[in-house]
Amino acid sequence: MFQRLKNTSPELVELNLDGQPVSVPTGISVAAALLYLDAKPIRRTAVSDSPRAPYCMMGVCFDCLIEIDGQPNLQACQVNVARGMQIRRQNAAYDSEAM
Amino acid sequence: MPLSKSHYSVLVIGGGPAGMAAAKTAAKYGVDVALVDEQFQPGGQIYRNVDRSPLPDIDLPGKEYTFGKTEVLSFRQADIDYQPGASVWYLDRDRCVGVLIDGVNHRLSADKIIIAVGAQERPMPIPGWQLPGVMSAGAGQILLKSAALVPGADVVLAGSGPLLLLLAWQYIRAGVSISAILDTTTKINRIKALAHLPRALGAVDYLWKGLGLIRTIRRARIPLFSNVSQLVAEGEPKLQSISFRSGGRDHKIKTSLLLLHQGVIPSLHMAQAAGCGIGWNESQQCWIPEVDSWGQSSLPGILITGDGAGISGARAASLSGQLSGLQVAYELKQIDCKQRDRLAVTLRNAWNRHRSIRPFLDAWYRAPDSYLNPPDETMVCRCEEVFASEIRDIAKIGCIGPNQAKAFTRCGMGPCQGRLCGNTVEQIMAKSRGESVAQTGRYRARPPLKPITLGQIAGSMDPGESNQ
Repeated sequence: MFQRLKNTSPELVELNLDGQPVSVPTGISVAAALLYLDAKPIRRTAVSDSPRAPYCMMGVCFDCLIEIDGQPNLQACQVNVARGMQIRRQNAAYDSEAM
Repeated sequence: MPLSKSHYSVLVIGGGPAGMAAAKTAAKYGVDVALVDEQFQPGGQIYRNVDRSPLPDIDLPGKEYTFGKTEVLSFRQADIDYQPGASVWYLDRDRCVGVLIDGVNHRLSADKIIIAVGAQERPMPIPGWQLPGVMSAGAGQILLKSAALVPGADVVLAGSGPLLLLLAWQYIRAGVSISAILDTTTKINRIKALAHLPRALGAVDYLWKGLGLIRTIRRARIPLFSNVSQLVAEGEPKLQSISFRSGGRDHKIKTSLLLLHQGVIPSLHMAQAAGCGIGWNESQQCWIPEVDSWGQSSLPGILITGDGAGISGARAASLSGQLSGLQVAYELKQIDCKQRDRLAVTLRNAWNRHRSIRPFLDAWYRAPDSYLNPPDETMVCRCEEVFASEIRDIAKIGCIGPNQAKAFTRCGMGPCQGRLCGNTVEQIMAKSRGESVAQTGRYRARPPLKPITLGQIAGSMDPGESNQ
């Protein structure tokens, strides 16, 4: 759905999404990376198990909540990608054992 | 340098045009200043990434964006403790601040707090807006500026306001093909706005800029629908199509990306948490903190500046930030009253000029009632998944306002803390009860303003302490 403009830096960084290695442009937020990968939906809600994806990209809506390096419910739009980052999509009520 | 101590003479919250200007002005007159900002680069949303841009052409977003580069570069050079990636979750009337940096809570205090948190987009609730594939126009712009990401194909822009036109213009320049633009501006707005045109001529550059955007959009031959009503987003598990009414006919368009916009409103949570006085503004259809012409709020030592104190745009925000900077320099005895007033003259003249376009824009782009007060099947609170019908039902059985509605339905009690449903709940309750929004009131906002774990609170540190 979202694609990178031409003639931008070709530099990529490798991360891990739900156990799969993926490559995304450096210096972007995790939410932007998920949209670049077209990884929608990025979570399912605890209330009704309905699908969601980033909405506002500026920290207001909290629809981009995701698990990063073992820490759940982080705003993906407020964290930048880093090499080796482990990202997991949250499905429904968060599994408390993982905390 | 980042934060180096736990008490400052002045702490500025927010690194957009207003916050940067306030901090630079105070620092220029010898005040000890720190600025904390949630983003990783200074500039706010408007000048996001302007001096570290991923774009192949920095001018792509337009001249106003490039203008911000000078603002950001001079901010970086100023004698200010600048802390990026800092999320303020606590603020009280005694000017104690809790800020999360890299997952660690730090306690700060200041003699003067300048709240410069800017604006957020006014929520545009429509049935299906919670679907993946529906985003705000501001989000589209942030993806462009911060990640050089643009829609691949079939994007539809819908709503009303300068930002929607600007985004369309930027997408055209970036070579994005836009499937359609859905304009929700009502005809009556245009007639009412004409009364404000003479004053708007005082800032004729804004009008020319707007006409230039419209001309480019027309030339691009993008299907343009006007007076759009009954907009609905559909699909499972993500957006597949939209339907709407325009020109007396029903329309349906296949799309995987819908970007919505209905103007911007001040971000209020910080001012509310501190207990600053706030009042309803009918022409901007939102709550606005009560401030004087220096940005002084109803609480001693707390100033609110820029768009967070009422929407006036980036240029005016920078000027009001400078005025607030002068005021704190005066109160902290770095300049005298005469010096402050003399320096303020040109700032105020320029501010008034930039302000003169606003009554026209506020009237022209006034959000239609049908989007402020959406149909029953619209999810109003996206966090707790509360629908417009439920808010209407509880109003019928005697719920007296938005705060009581929380107890009835949990609306506004999710992680966004009412940022995306507050306006809608107020409007629905006011209409259902036959009151004005000013009478119905608004959600109270209290710390924590951002989610924080008990572990993070227990592990609080003063800046300068090391993490074990």
